[in-house]
Amino acid sequence: MSGYPEYMQESLRLVEKTRPERIGKAFPFMKTEEKQKILKDWHPDFKEGTKRMLKIGPSKGQLMPNEVVDILESHPLIGPGDIDLSDIAYDVDVLIIGAGGAGMSAALLAQESGLDIDRILMVQKLRLGDANSKMSQGGIQAADGVDDSPTRHYLDIMGGGRFTNNPDLVEILVKDGPNVIKWHESLGVMYDKNPDGAMKVESGGGTSRKRMHSCKDYTGLEITRVLLDEFLNREIPYLEFTPVAELITDEMGQVAGAVLWDMDSDEYLVARAKSTVLATGGFGRLHIQGYATTNHYGSTADGVVLAYHVGASLRDLDSTQFHPTGAAFPEQIVGQLCTEALRGRGSQPVNKHGELFVHPLETRDVESSAYIRECYERDNGIVTPTGMRGVWLDTPLIDIIHGPGTAEREFSAMNRMFGKFNIDIRKEPMLVFPTLHYQNGGVEINTRCESNIPGLFAAGEVCGGIHGKNRLMGNSQLDLYVFGRRVGVFTAERAKKARVGKLTLNHIDRYERWLAEAGIKTDRRAPLLLPEYRGKKTLEHQLKLL
Amino acid sequence: MGMDESGMITIYVMGKKHRVPADLTIMKAMEYAGHQFRRGAGCRGGFCGACSTIYRKKGSYKLQGALACQKMVEDEMYIAQIPFSPAEKKTYNVDELKADANTFLEYYPEIARCLCCNTCTKACPQDIKVMDYVQAALRGDIQEAAKLSFDCLSCGLCAVRCPAEIVPYNIGQLARRLYSKYVMGPTEHVLKRASEVEEGRFDDEISGLKSLDKAELQKLYEARDMKV
Repeated sequence: MSGYPEYMQESLRLVEKTRPERIGKAFPFMKTEEKQKILKDWHPDFKEGTKRMLKIGPSKGQLMPNEVVDILESHPLIGPGDIDLSDIAYDVDVLIIGAGGAGMSAALLAQESGLDIDRILMVQKLRLGDANSKMSQGGIQAADGVDDSPTRHYLDIMGGGRFTNNPDLVEILVKDGPNVIKWHESLGVMYDKNPDGAMKVESGGGTSRKRMHSCKDYTGLEITRVLLDEFLNREIPYLEFTPVAELITDEMGQVAGAVLWDMDSDEYLVARAKSTVLATGGFGRLHIQGYATTNHYGSTADGVVLAYHVGASLRDLDSTQFHPTGAAFPEQIVGQLCTEALRGRGSQPVNKHGELFVHPLETRDVESSAYIRECYERDNGIVTPTGMRGVWLDTPLIDIIHGPGTAEREFSAMNRMFGKFNIDIRKEPMLVFPTLHYQNGGVEINTRCESNIPGLFAAGEVCGGIHGKNRLMGNSQLDLYVFGRRVGVFTAERAKKARVGKLTLNHIDRYERWLAEAGIKTDRRAPLLLPEYRGKKTLEHQLKLL
Repeated sequence: MGMDESGMITIYVMGKKHRVPADLTIMKAMEYAGHQFRRGAGCRGGFCGACSTIYRKKGSYKLQGALACQKMVEDEMYIAQIPFSPAEKKTYNVDELKADANTFLEYYPEIARCLCCNTCTKACPQDIKVMDYVQAALRGDIQEAAKLSFDCLSCGLCAVRCPAEIVPYNIGQLARRLYSKYVMGPTEHVLKRASEVEEGRFDDEISGLKSLDKAELQKLYEARDMKV
């Protein structure tokens, strides 16, 4: 029985009909000029009226999505007078904000680098491990194959990022890739392997070799739960449900900790730290241009806002990653991730006539643009009952190419997600459309993960520069561990010599001045901490009595 | 009650009645009804286990488990979230473990109390054969325990239902780490490449690429051979 409505059946029959002739068919990769044109014409980044220039601060003049400018041109959540900075609840060498892949790696390496566990504090807005890191499905890149090299990986990344990446960060990423996989295995991460014991690897969009390592389609889940288990084994102190409301600076202009906010009691707590690490993730829950997102509930770009309040430079926030294959049907899972590994294993994007219209493994920016063009210029999409458009992702090809049982064995998350709605992806295609996936830009860092403000470090999705204007699949999962580990080492090193001065919140006054001088009048406040999904009626009648 | 013309049904959140659209997940229905989650919401995509929920349909004796972000609301559903299970995780040094049944008994001796009642399996929102992997661990079949437990999200529903007070997801986590580290072992070509990098084998090549201007680099990029 089909999981799709009657009116889609004719198109599904065409997909089935053309399937045999599409198997093994090579659709040519686009040339540079074609890529530039399709991006300009169809990628959401280039859509007019969706961005504006930031009016305040060190990155003034940068073009960013309206949703990002909105939270940067907002009042801080607290005023300088709200907090008694002499009442210090935690006094540590390293304060790590965020407990996803980057934060966990930082904590483990800070401890391994010689810090006593009591000199480390991890704070997390939601639960330990609540992060986009855990939701990564398809894989992690590392150039450890015999026909591959870090040099080749470097070239793939630079080209994929349209040569806008920071080369020094890319060099570190590709060289440390094999070492990260080695580290994971030493901790007990279960990577997929071939019968001969070698890593089972696949292609991703824009990779010139098969270097995607996977743990079924639960790659991020498997890696982060092992790191979490190890973190708990080492008994490093942590606070859950305790986001950061504002960073703290000192009279020397260093970042010197943070004002924490206990989500259960609403009380604030002052944490003083020699080094503060932003590992807060990305901005999917800002729903740039109204797009649905693959992202975690907590992905509200808090780290970018906190960093900007203290004067940290930002970069590449004009570019947003839209993942080509977000679910487009049924309505209940719209925007959720359908891993790129499905295409790595042979699934093809197909229009309503059953025609393959783009190479399945173009880089994500180009691939997404091609799907949008197919739906909105060529009118070859399939319209859903809610009026959304999508293209087919022909997943039954996986079992045809690799043998029966492959899709069930390798894609249990995908089978589960669609199976709940009676869509058997082994027999029927998925309906997909691009979805908001990743914050390409962010806080600017150097190779030591330092921002331009002393004492403030960053790692993971909150940073910009590694992926330039477009990230390749499997490279964010890698960057979490490469730069998370580094930040642990460098903050431990800094603990030996850094001195914290008198704590202040003077940067809040300065920020308010910037807003006033730019003539920005708003009642917006940031960081957001949580997205707002409550019903309209509730919000209209809200009355805070307690 | 049933669904009305506008597609609304009745649910009870912690006993309190709400009319909500029938085509929502439990999570979205609770938000529709005015809840803003602090606890009990995570990835919203079935990958994290933050939104563990139990429910009972009116007129039914059956208490069922689900992830709120994955389960659709049904008419006359009584819902309570269990976003945390007070389970004890033992600490260990993974480098000093042995990959055998005694390790499980040493750290989690309560697994010997398993009644084989299969309540854990019935409670699992991922349809994992929980009892089977607990039994596999008990007899020292680490590969089986690791593989059967692989899709676990540690949502905790098995642990809160187990009459023997076992925490199955902790057993699964230990099994997978043991399997990877001691049964599968490290991968030779990964170790080899990591040491080649450490010896500086790729430094000159990459420095060479870094010294090129954009046009030269772009030429190399376009000319690279693709093995996909």
